[in-house]
Amino acid sequence: MELLEIFTSAGIWGAVLRIATPLIFGTLGALICERAGVLNLGIEGIMTFGAMIGWLTVFNGGDLWVGLLAAAAFGAVFGLLHAGMTVTLGLSQHVTGLGITLFASSLSYFIFRLAVPLASSPPTIEPFQPLVIPYLSALPFFGDALFNQTAPTYLAILLAVILAYVLFRTPLGLAVRMTGENPHGAEAQGVNPIAVRIGAVMVGSALMAVGGAFLTLSAFNSFFPTMVQGRGWVCIALVVFASWRPGRALLGALLFALFDAYQLRLQAVLGKAVPYQLFLMVPYVLSIIALIVTARRARVPQALMQPYRRGER
Amino acid sequence: MRLERRAHRPLVLVLLAPVIAIMAALAIAGVLIAMAGAPVLEAYRLILTGAFGTRLGFTETLTRATPLMLTGLAAAVAFRARVWNIGAEGQFYLGAIAVAAVAATVFSGWPPYLLIPAALMVGAIAGMVMLLVPLGLRLRFGVDEVVTSLLLNFVVVLFVSMMIEGPLKDPLAFGWPQSIPVGPEAMLPKLIDRTRLHIGLVIAIVIAVLVYFLQSRTVFGMQSRAAGLSPTAAVFSGVPLAKTLIKVACLSGGLAGLAGAIEVMGVKGYVTTDLSPGYGYSGIIVAMLANLHPIGVIAAALFTATMFVGADSMGRALGIPSYIADMTVSLSLLTMLVSIFFTQYRIRR
Repeated sequence: MELLEIFTSAGIWGAVLRIATPLIFGTLGALICERAGVLNLGIEGIMTFGAMIGWLTVFNGGDLWVGLLAAAAFGAVFGLLHAGMTVTLGLSQHVTGLGITLFASSLSYFIFRLAVPLASSPPTIEPFQPLVIPYLSALPFFGDALFNQTAPTYLAILLAVILAYVLFRTPLGLAVRMTGENPHGAEAQGVNPIAVRIGAVMVGSALMAVGGAFLTLSAFNSFFPTMVQGRGWVCIALVVFASWRPGRALLGALLFALFDAYQLRLQAVLGKAVPYQLFLMVPYVLSIIALIVTARRARVPQALMQPYRRGER
Repeated sequence: MRLERRAHRPLVLVLLAPVIAIMAALAIAGVLIAMAGAPVLEAYRLILTGAFGTRLGFTETLTRATPLMLTGLAAAVAFRARVWNIGAEGQFYLGAIAVAAVAATVFSGWPPYLLIPAALMVGAIAGMVMLLVPLGLRLRFGVDEVVTSLLLNFVVVLFVSMMIEGPLKDPLAFGWPQSIPVGPEAMLPKLIDRTRLHIGLVIAIVIAVLVYFLQSRTVFGMQSRAAGLSPTAAVFSGVPLAKTLIKVACLSGGLAGLAGAIEVMGVKGYVTTDLSPGYGYSGIIVAMLANLHPIGVIAAALFTATMFVGADSMGRALGIPSYIADMTVSLSLLTMLVSIFFTQYRIRR
């Protein structure tokens, strides 16, 4: 009975949104890249860099929103690097992405160590405060969970809606989807697939970095190495689970976060009887299960991972 | 300006590619060192003397190169067949913990000449199993093995942590989470006394040569290359694709598992969760720097180990974070990709 009571406890639904926010940003970012035909395995490193640079900006006196913007800007720069290598030169998207993850994470740790000398407890900043929406947050049960979050969380949800609209209701979205399905056809329609891909990867990477920055600017208040903890890879799995649709990506991230929030509270209940590591495995195992369930049915963008070179088939 | 495919790949360029890549990576790292406020040339010099200047540094570089050669080979054989094994880190740890589980228990009392090969075998098999899971998911359900093998790395490290705090915990370690020791009989003989350098280095080099012959002189080598170049064409020409990929996965996972086993039995004698400073991931870089060539892996592993050991001592001398090593090495992966590209293409106006 105790196991079900967790769902009715007050804190859990608020926690779900909190846990989901970085995943929503990251998943939408990866989704934009893949819709244009580029797999971006740089995500894990880009999130790490976003977390670091966002935090460092605020630590040095910047505004929280400036921190988020800085993360987005540097994310876009890494996106440009990834796009330059995989789109312009047509190099392996797998290996380039991993290279960017390794490079961006070690660069983050390097810059962080330079800026902040080793200390027993990491220095902290004043993170985003919850933005309580009047009246709505007073609604029973869900009110507090849904309308008592920090601003970036609302932004993430809004972003999923905007992205769904842009992808499926605007010429720009059509150009992105065509480029991911059939770049030769897109070119014949007067779309420049190279430009679309570079743009999509830059925007997508910016979102990934914002997702990382949420960790240091809202979820926690300090930066420490390995804090992204595979969230980027989870996002890549969530994109498949969402079959490349923003609305389902939002749902997938929330569902995932629900499981995660549940296991966190389960730890408190069962902590003595079950090793805590089993609980920590849950997110990764869930992602793998999600992939197995959806992989066969998934409608992959047809030109995903295929480099496009003019005049070459 | 446009890119044009070269008709031939000049051998000179192919051989120069890694050299140019490493120089470019070092140059970019130099900019970052300068930004950190340290003298750049002095830093380069300290990296070299740190890695080779002393007996300790030199043997430490070779000790570090040993697991990198094996994880590098693991990535090289897999990537050649386009099995995207990014899970070497997990395979490494599972190999290590498997050895810790059996060496002093199941195999206790065995003479070293039986115990050591048997324990190494167990480590390799554990690594194999760990890669057969994502490959099986790919063959059966069409799940991309990149993401699954990456995610499994986290699962394995947590599993190892669970083991060394649970059933395999060393009761004599004053509460530190570390596994029971493998025991003196299971330790690999030292190559040089009073250093950490052990016979694993020889094993790794011999295996690199064996893999080279396997790839260039056997049917399996030809089939795995065909599977990588074009799976469809391979099937048409009669290559049993699934079987070949499974063999490749056994070899690749086995090599990564063996790396973990050798690291435990060669250096520490027990498993902790910081046994590997990312050897699995660095193996990917080693493989790419070697252009997936098994003999090249030996050289690439030496370069990577040099950077790690040298940058550590340089960092301490100049007060620069030692993350500069990871950064330079991962940069060299990116520059290597670009320089390989220019062995295949040229720029035309």
